[in-house]
Amino acid sequence: MEFLAQLPQNLVSGLLLGGMYALIGAGLALVFGVMDIVNMAHGAFIMVGMYTTFVLCTRLRLDPYLGLLVTAPLLFGVGMLLHRLLIERVAHASHMNQILLTLGLSVALVNLVQLIFTANYQQIRTSYSDAVIRLGSITMNVPYVISFALATGITLGLYYWLMHSEFGRALRATAQDPMAAQLMGVNVRRVQSVAFGLGMALAGAAGALLTPVYYLYPTVGANFGLKSFTMVVLGGMGSVVGAALGGVTLALAESVGQMLVGHELKDAIGFVVFLLVLLFKPAGLFGGQRA
Amino acid sequence: MTRWREAAIPLALAAAVLAVPLVVKNPYHLNVAILVLVWTTLGAAWNIVGGYAGQLSLGHAAFFGIGAYSLALTAHYWGWSPWAGMAMAVAVSVPLAAAIGAITFRLRGPYFVLGTLALAEVLRLVVLAWRDLTYGAAGIMVPEIFPGLSRAPYYYFIALAAIAAVGTTWWMERSGFGYYLTAIREDQETAESIGVNAAWYKNLALMISAAFTALTGAFYASHLMFIEPDIVLSEPVSVQMAVVAIIGGRGTVLGPLVGALLLVLASEIFRAQFQQAHLLIYGLLLMLTILFMPGGVLGEIQHRLRLRAAPRPVIGTTFSSSHESSGQREVG
Repeated sequence: MEFLAQLPQNLVSGLLLGGMYALIGAGLALVFGVMDIVNMAHGAFIMVGMYTTFVLCTRLRLDPYLGLLVTAPLLFGVGMLLHRLLIERVAHASHMNQILLTLGLSVALVNLVQLIFTANYQQIRTSYSDAVIRLGSITMNVPYVISFALATGITLGLYYWLMHSEFGRALRATAQDPMAAQLMGVNVRRVQSVAFGLGMALAGAAGALLTPVYYLYPTVGANFGLKSFTMVVLGGMGSVVGAALGGVTLALAESVGQMLVGHELKDAIGFVVFLLVLLFKPAGLFGGQRA
Repeated sequence: MTRWREAAIPLALAAAVLAVPLVVKNPYHLNVAILVLVWTTLGAAWNIVGGYAGQLSLGHAAFFGIGAYSLALTAHYWGWSPWAGMAMAVAVSVPLAAAIGAITFRLRGPYFVLGTLALAEVLRLVVLAWRDLTYGAAGIMVPEIFPGLSRAPYYYFIALAAIAAVGTTWWMERSGFGYYLTAIREDQETAESIGVNAAWYKNLALMISAAFTALTGAFYASHLMFIEPDIVLSEPVSVQMAVVAIIGGRGTVLGPLVGALLLVLASEIFRAQFQQAHLLIYGLLLMLTILFMPGGVLGEIQHRLRLRAAPRPVIGTTFSSSHESSGQREVG
């Protein structure tokens, strides 16, 4: 009975977190699913987004949600630069070398942040940090609601842009067949750089939206990194929408699942789901259509 | 060349490693030497699966941690001697490897890597949450295998373990087993088509690798006298094992020793500057290695020598040649 009484609250919490998971999943889907680059640094990119927002908040007294307007473009630029300097060199190498290069990048970023900010937990406070909205027995944190709304908006905007813009067409063409896209006059190299930059910007945006509702510490991205692969795999490879839905599904599974296995094993749910999907339903839950 | 002459250099090297405590008396230096050999053993163990068989595991912390907790828990609850606990560590790690292999070897390419990572994380979270048994994040005290002030016995023990692990890869390079693993790494389908039982040899490689890793985990726990999940079961442990072998040279006998020397000494030198962020060096060196010499230090040297010398079949590093069969979705 207690389970049923708590279920609505957990579903709502899961859905709110799911908005941010969707953004995280969509970002990795662009890089891993669409561009076929195994990016082990996605979690570290989220962490960098969080710390960038943290610095903007504490040093420049910027509202975290306004910080998004700085964090996302900044990480977009950094992402394009990283693509040109590092990723491009292994884009045609084996997956193993891509994994190791991006793993090295992730380890370096995490430890660099640890060197600058120490391993201590940090948190930002805003005037609305403790505000809640009540709907019957369900309570929702105002920052969570704002983060959810913005994350959903960005994800939908991304989808619309990919499906309806000239660049979106070029990107989808490049994902399907880089050679053919090149022959049709697509600047494949530029498209790939932009896609990687976009992936990092989305990770940064997710990080910015997580900052008001989460603690910060240098290894905060580790779990998000592995989970983001779960989302992409859940959604069926190569589908941005699928990964976004995968993100929502995972968040719901976590918040309902933690009622059964306890808060401490919450993160294990995503990893078990990851293995189960790969072993028994490798095409994902949401088909395999590329978009 | 006779067998004895072929074995002369390895034997001389082993003797030199064992002679270190006769020269090095400073406890700090001896501790650094112990760390080098801990990581040599771990790198060599990882190398069997990650280097020779080409199965990039990022979940070896599971075996390391199981080894450490086997010793700690058997001593704590049943009063076992740490030696019995160490035997337990090895005995538990082999079936665990078989179970993990049964799950992860069904996955290919990046999914294998992520699968191993996920399994080790699940194990860490379970050990962390199961406080009644493991004391969770509070950690647990571990008895010493060599009570007393001198660290020299620890050195001799880990030196023998390192020699055994590196010796195993030395023997592998000269055996059919090593050739089968290399064949599986280069092209599993072709290897299977000529009758190599890929599933069995990969599992065997993982079990051998796990046994050495668990032994080292138990040793490390006893050396440290205290463990908690984030020390022995966390992702950085898995990453460090892989990085040691990769920087030294994947699929080379002495690569793990070279990698361990480089990385342990570098972290010791920069300890004052980097403090807790000592893995920064691991990340940077890993990136540089993959970009400029994907075969690692020894792989690169072997590659250059081979360009000069007449071609001779060697089980070596082909990590610089890129395209391995890691296409879209190779699952199951």
